[in-house]
Amino acid sequence: MASNGICDRVAIVGMGCTPFGEHWDSSVDDLMVDAVQECVGSVPDFTRESVDAYWLGTMGSGSSGMTLSRPLKIDHKPVTRVENFCATGSEAFRNACYAVASGAYDCVMAVGAEKLKDSGFSGLVLPALPGDGTESDLTAPALFSLLVPAYSQAYGVDEDVMKRVMTRIAYKNHANGAKNERAQFRKVVSEETIACSPLVAGPLGIFDCSGVADGAAAALIVRAEDAHRYSDNPIYVKALSLIAGPGQGSQDPRYDFTSFTEVVACAKDAYAQAGVTDPRTQISMAEVHDCFTPTELVLMEDLGFSERGAGWQDVLDGHFDLDGRLPVNPDGGLKSFGHPIGASGLRMLFEMWLQLRGEAGERQLENPRLGLTQNLGGQPGACVSFISIVGREPN
Amino acid sequence: MSTTAIVGYGAYVPRYRLKRSDIAATLGTPPGRGARLVASYDEDSTSMAVEAARATLGGSRDLGALYFATTAPAYVDKSNAAIVHAALGLGERCLAADTGGAVRSATAALRAAALDHGLAVFADVRGGRPGSADERDGADAAVALAFGHASDEQAIAEILATVSISGEVHDRWRLPGESSSHTWEERFAVGFLTAAATKATAAVLGEAGITGAPEHVVVSSPHTRAAAQVRRGFAKEAIVDGPVLAGGHAGTADIGLQLIAALDRAAPGDTILAVQISDGCDALVLRVLPGALQAPNRGKLAVALAGGEPVPYPAYLTWRGRLDREPPRRPEPTPPAGPPVARNASWKFGFVGSRCTACDHVHLPPQRVCTGCGVVDAMEDVRMADRPATVANLTVDRLAYSLAPPVTNVVLDFDGGGRFACQVADAAFGSVALGDRMDLTFRRLFTAGGIHNYFWKARPLDVAATGATEAAHGQ
Repeated sequence: MASNGICDRVAIVGMGCTPFGEHWDSSVDDLMVDAVQECVGSVPDFTRESVDAYWLGTMGSGSSGMTLSRPLKIDHKPVTRVENFCATGSEAFRNACYAVASGAYDCVMAVGAEKLKDSGFSGLVLPALPGDGTESDLTAPALFSLLVPAYSQAYGVDEDVMKRVMTRIAYKNHANGAKNERAQFRKVVSEETIACSPLVAGPLGIFDCSGVADGAAAALIVRAEDAHRYSDNPIYVKALSLIAGPGQGSQDPRYDFTSFTEVVACAKDAYAQAGVTDPRTQISMAEVHDCFTPTELVLMEDLGFSERGAGWQDVLDGHFDLDGRLPVNPDGGLKSFGHPIGASGLRMLFEMWLQLRGEAGERQLENPRLGLTQNLGGQPGACVSFISIVGREPN
Repeated sequence: MSTTAIVGYGAYVPRYRLKRSDIAATLGTPPGRGARLVASYDEDSTSMAVEAARATLGGSRDLGALYFATTAPAYVDKSNAAIVHAALGLGERCLAADTGGAVRSATAALRAAALDHGLAVFADVRGGRPGSADERDGADAAVALAFGHASDEQAIAEILATVSISGEVHDRWRLPGESSSHTWEERFAVGFLTAAATKATAAVLGEAGITGAPEHVVVSSPHTRAAAQVRRGFAKEAIVDGPVLAGGHAGTADIGLQLIAALDRAAPGDTILAVQISDGCDALVLRVLPGALQAPNRGKLAVALAGGEPVPYPAYLTWRGRLDREPPRRPEPTPPAGPPVARNASWKFGFVGSRCTACDHVHLPPQRVCTGCGVVDAMEDVRMADRPATVANLTVDRLAYSLAPPVTNVVLDFDGGGRFACQVADAAFGSVALGDRMDLTFRRLFTAGGIHNYFWKARPLDVAATGATEAAHGQ
């Protein structure tokens, strides 16, 4: 597979991100306007008239580019709406980057938005297609909980230790989110509370699951050589990878539920594009898809941050803590932000934007150089995976 | 010419039991004794019919006609027998026909199947208003009887004679759409029904040339008092006490359940008199053949009846839609759509997957492009519904909406290839473990938009059950 990448050919020069939460008083239009206004405002002397094209990611809060052009009164410009499960926001960003790298446009905005709390339902509601009624009806927590017994058995980690590892991940992400004014949940939650929370599926308690929230985020992308015309502190896109698997894990006895094979392929692609050979030491920080705590554990191994079967030990050793060797989800992750599908990928990038520019406040890491964001959409054995790698300076 | 015989039988006994003491305690009515059979929330007459037929047919699908009788049809206007036919994976030339509405339609199915040397399937879900006699004294179950030549090696009991007495009597009725039946005063029809039974019994024994007393007598009737009176005309030891076995009258399945109980205890050469009393009387005399001793399901009914676990009365009322509970804050499930169901009928109803002819990879559901080797359109059909499987992964989902929470989900790896993830039916919490052996059971997953969604769930492979055994599945 030729995956040439566009390392250092485009840069992010502006970003915006709304607070995430139950925005009873804001429509998806309001959230998009807020995110876009903040993004535009983050670039000195910039007006929206200079944006040549838009990519909008939303899973279910609207169809077509008009979902964005109508509230923003975009004046006859290209607006593309994309959807790719939980990687929807990241997909908008990826396509926007390619549009700039191709030379088709000079300045492009990627917007991700989702309004989940208007449905009146709890949890995610996916659009239902006509079918034969045989489609799997397992809930998301049930599907991801399958990782736990599989991991436990594969590496001989007993149930109590698995629970401690999951609890530690939830604790860490909530502790990070407590330091973030944009997070939905801003409280440190004790490990005891997490461990004793009511069970949802398998060993997953409520605190092992990410929440449901509304939110929007936006990024402005230009050619790398133009970046300093817009910003003194642009961040550079080193890698963009998206992988869709054959989706047969829950129908293929060869799949063992200890890995997201799509993420492994995605990471290999992204590291090749960015020239990363040892992610455990070269990546300064990562925002990963902690939809459920065992997802984050498995991702540490799939992303090459930990050896196979050693991720649980790294988690307990604090390797991924805010003051660890490789902070993961410094902004609080999906655990603290909830997961407005279309917005989450760009929310992760927003943390990279803040951290690489030294604007992360009390969460600020010391001298981060290279950050990674990762989304996955689907379930163990059948998902899409996205990874971006961004850096403070071109190679 | 050889006479017609029962050549196979099987019963499906649902897992749940409703204790009459639980009804009494809840409603504050006089205490009752014993328990009745209860179909689970995801079962109906059609799904139970499939299970009884699977147990009866074993691996054989060589069948020319299937007749299905129930007083609780899952659909009207549309055939339920067609769903049973599809779930069994029978050939398109096999007639699948419904008889139904009245308890007596069991006789119609039995007679037609005997004439055609086909399969008669009886299944019923019997209930009534909370506190009613029908609720208390009904039973949910299914039975299948296969017919063939008395000269067949596996023939179990030959039919010596059948006699029917017909007459109109307005003692039990239900308007279409009603969920409970009405009955006249019980004493009203006793005379009419017992007279019909007396006439039919005398006539059928005469036609069969039986001069002595039959060794086994089966008396089935939704009219409890008439049945009791008719039983008193026979020696106590000859009576096969069906209502005690099933805990109540099982509608169209009742005569079949009792016949199986009689066959299970009978010796070759014995005579069985079977009498069904409703809207008249149908009587049948059978002579037990040597094949009865080798019947694959011999003795399994009693084991299945002895098992089971209690369902709390409020749960039972909820399952039957008689207690309107608060739904979850989730959208209604999407009803299955006609065209995709039609395209995928062999998958949905027959659990037929595809096997790659190049690399043997089994796909559930069937695929055109092979997961194993990537070859396109080199698949053959493979029915996996009757294969045992091993639990490769599992989880208990407390979030999923169910009428019997929590839901247990398993990932099944089938013997001979293929993986499928599904719910476990009738799961007692915490009773499933990695590596457990399971097979599939046909269930009604939900009803939405006026459409029943039938598909398969996992259940523990239980050699003691009346269903097919692991050995019988073979490879």
